[in-house]
Amino acid sequence: MTGFPNGLGRSLRRLGVAGLAAATMLMGSGLAGSGAHAQGAAPAGATWPGVTVEAIKKRGQLNCGIDVGVPGFASQDNTGRWQGLDVSYCRAIAAAVLGDPEKVRFVPTTTPARFTVLQSGEIDVLIRDSTLTFTRSVQLGLDEVVPNFYAGQGFLVSKKLGVSKIADLNGATICTLTGATLELNIADFAKSHGTKIGTLLFEKADEAVAAMETGRCDGYTDDTGSLAGMRSTLKNPADWVVLDGVISKEPLGIHTRTGDAQWSKILFWLHEGLLTAEENGVTKANADEMKKSSSDPFIRRLLGAEGEFGKKMGLDDEWMLRAIKAVGNYGEIYDAYFGPKGLDLPRGQNNLASKGGLQYPLPFR
Amino acid sequence: MKFLRALFGTPANALLSVAMIALFAATVPRFLRWAFLDATWDAMSRRACAPDGACWAFVKARFPLFIYGRYPATEHWRVDLCFLLLAIACLGCLFAGRRRGMFLLMLLVGVPVVGGVLLAGGIFGLPLVETADWGGLMLNVILSFITIALALPISVLLAFGRRSSLPVVSWGSTAFIEFWRGVPLLAVLFMGLIMLPMFLPDGMTVPNLVRAVVVLTLFESAYLAETIRGGLQGVPSGQAEAAMALGMHHSQAQVLIVLPQALRMSIPGIINIVVDLFKDTTLVSIVGLFDLMGVITQSLKDPSWVGLATEGYTFAAVAFFVCCLLFSLAGGFMERQFGNAGPGKR
Repeated sequence: MTGFPNGLGRSLRRLGVAGLAAATMLMGSGLAGSGAHAQGAAPAGATWPGVTVEAIKKRGQLNCGIDVGVPGFASQDNTGRWQGLDVSYCRAIAAAVLGDPEKVRFVPTTTPARFTVLQSGEIDVLIRDSTLTFTRSVQLGLDEVVPNFYAGQGFLVSKKLGVSKIADLNGATICTLTGATLELNIADFAKSHGTKIGTLLFEKADEAVAAMETGRCDGYTDDTGSLAGMRSTLKNPADWVVLDGVISKEPLGIHTRTGDAQWSKILFWLHEGLLTAEENGVTKANADEMKKSSSDPFIRRLLGAEGEFGKKMGLDDEWMLRAIKAVGNYGEIYDAYFGPKGLDLPRGQNNLASKGGLQYPLPFR
Repeated sequence: MKFLRALFGTPANALLSVAMIALFAATVPRFLRWAFLDATWDAMSRRACAPDGACWAFVKARFPLFIYGRYPATEHWRVDLCFLLLAIACLGCLFAGRRRGMFLLMLLVGVPVVGGVLLAGGIFGLPLVETADWGGLMLNVILSFITIALALPISVLLAFGRRSSLPVVSWGSTAFIEFWRGVPLLAVLFMGLIMLPMFLPDGMTVPNLVRAVVVLTLFESAYLAETIRGGLQGVPSGQAEAAMALGMHHSQAQVLIVLPQALRMSIPGIINIVVDLFKDTTLVSIVGLFDLMGVITQSLKDPSWVGLATEGYTFAAVAFFVCCLLFSLAGGFMERQFGNAGPGKR
């Protein structure tokens, strides 16, 4: 740390390590406040597309915060190219705003650093399997744009146990990772259901799973997305089953800095657009064709054939068309990484509402 | 026979030997079967690998990523050229005899300048490659090299500073050294990542690579300073006194007479720190840089290869062992060479 070029920095340095948490909070609110001049916290209906989009266009590149590596959401393939559900969202945004899905700088962020990196302006948006919560929204000065993946804490257990739902796990020992929430959720669940579930704690998922395979515990618990990845690494995946149901809510989604409502709205409607596309059968392959031939006003508005919905947000009317052509609709993105060819996780809550899930696209009108 | 007597000469030795042989017999064949006999060398994904053997196909498919990170494949030659230059400069310093000075100049000035231009690009028609895309083993080597190149001169100043008779200089140096030796590297790297963006003006960002280099340099210079101070203390005071009797200034005596001898005596300690530093560079994955360990950990998250931690980390262990062995060999060679050229033998 070479220098602290402003007075705030100097005073922060005096706060020392003990003041780190307080300093983080201070800066969080400070940025949210000072963001007013930079981010244009204008009243609704004011200047579109907002300062963040203008900054991205000027830069010619979207700075997109992602995970440093988690199966299905963000990982690098053999050539080092980023792949995953969250990564696809970054590419879709770049296609919509800049016209080119490749104009993204992926910024891998670690769990402790992710929100600071967003607050400091190093990234424009954080799409990093992060749960949307009250604290993050209200105290950290972040906007909870929209969940793009509904996860929850689930259980992977041996078929030998002969149980089919979580409430039947009475007396079982479950391997899990250190870090309060996973263990806390189990304790809460056990208390509220009058059951007893033992836990065995590990630092790394690999260690926990090895312990499970050698029989030191009866199962493993983690977010459902991670469980699917984990099962595929087992020696005999068929001996293990992911139990129905979850014991916690983990709506993973998109975070932005508070202060640029237009930017958050654009991202929100991009997600709704990807869902709408799936609901109406608009795919990567047929998007161009649908734009020309469809008479459904929702599809025509979505793809920019009528209504000028893109222009109303300060973008152009083909924003969604480009996004869909770049990464496909929501179902296509899900299938690419969590479908049978990927991690093989049933859609469950992530299915469209019309098919029994929670993904409910708001109408384009 | 001597060998056998050493192993089985006394009942206690015989017992120990039998126990060790039994241990090896139990583990080595299983390891060999896993690592070689049952191993899969070619496969498109983990599913195609034999379940009981090592899946080296993972390492093979990702080898370029492990070495170069996300550095564009068409530009890999630039990295290769850099390492070639570095190797020539190092070998020259070790073996060139009288022309060693030329190679030392190449190592300290030529390699950083030419290497920096080659790796970063952006001029002379070389496409720009952002430091965020540097990764793999290449990043460990680059970080170690820059850190040592920057930390050595700083540490010499600190070592002299701590011995200085001026209180401000000596207290300042002592405070610096004790502070950086007293804080954990991981915590400082973390502060560099989390705190620094908050102090910088809006819109100004410092590449993560620079943050890591700054932190590592401050850290290592404190350790090196103490090693070199140890060397300075080991030079008999008669050396400096004799130099001054010949008419040298105090500073001339220190730089021309004392320092070279001190550095020579510090070689084992310096090599120790270099090896340590090289391994410590794996900690930079916490600031979002993908060094070899970071790339491997990251690769375990690819759905095609998920869960191959044993293979990945075995490769990392071998790679680090080979590199550190090279440092040790070079250090040993230097000790022997300079050890012969003691005072009065030049």
